Amino acid sequence: MGGTAAGPVPADQHDFALWEKRVDALMVITSGKGYFTVDGLRRVLEDMPPASFEQMSYYERWIASVNQNLVEAGVYTTAELANRMTAVAARGTTYGEAASD
Amino acid sequence: MPHDHHDHLSPSGHPYRPDGDRPLTYWQQMEIAIRELLIEKGVTTAAEINAQINAMDARSPANGAAVVARAWTDPAFRADLLADASAASRAMGYDIGPMRLIAVENTADVHNVIVCTLCSCYPRNLLGLPPDWYKSRAYRSRTVKEPRNVLAEFGVTLPDRTTVRVHDSTADMRYIVIPARPGGTDGWSAGDLAPLVTRDSMIGTGLAKRPAV
Repeated sequence: MGGTAAGPVPADQHDFALWEKRVDALMVITSGKGYFTVDGLRRVLEDMPPASFEQMSYYERWIASVNQNLVEAGVYTTAELANRMTAVAARGTTYGEAASD
Repeated sequence: MPHDHHDHLSPSGHPYRPDGDRPLTYWQQMEIAIRELLIEKGVTTAAEINAQINAMDARSPANGAAVVARAWTDPAFRADLLADASAASRAMGYDIGPMRLIAVENTADVHNVIVCTLCSCYPRNLLGLPPDWYKSRAYRSRTVKEPRNVLAEFGVTLPDRTTVRVHDSTADMRYIVIPARPGGTDGWSAGDLAPLVTRDSMIGTGLAKRPAV
């Protein structure tokens, strides 16, 4: 990244959405408890192709990396995640919060 | 009613701001799924997640400004801060976490600016979450290559004789800039000085504000 040609520094700023803050919190909490390290977060981000940096937002990349690291740490399986994501999608397209909240 | 035809204006006369609500994206669904799995498996709790978000929201550049203002007024603290910014900040009651924090001081001859070419490493414990531009490709790629041009876009134009030092942050090692204390503030207390210390001045893309005349 350092030294790659680029245009002016963008001045846009957005308010962080709750889901983005949650991604940040999940990263801080799970890495703080030793399930993975910041280096692990970085490794997955750096393995991403350049297109990911054009097409995904910052916290989209983060949740993808957090997921990869948690799967590698054995916290849950990809099958468990897939099943849960299917269940989440089935609740509808808005935040129908589960009882855990 | 003079405003009846302005359907896009609120009763206060301001335009309505769209809610920005969109159907859940794939990645938002993933966040929900991961959060629920972590809670069910006892890795974390909803309360712990909320507490972490609240702690993050509570951090702002005011924390860093208090540290800088004290360094400007307390020579012993300034020495401690330059020697070990993590320890000095913790001594002021700020949770710095396990990372190493390094304070770099702007002088008449040297201007420091921080960047994270990898991603977004930032002294978030003292400044809050980084602004979007700090995470942008343009800032990250150009600051190491043409820092003076980037600084000029932020309105900071430095004389050629000023040395510009660019510090590339890492996950474990973060920097904070101690901006130069503005003139005309002799005898001011740390509390008076702190409002002059802007976020950007602690990143190096700005200068401390000058006192209102």
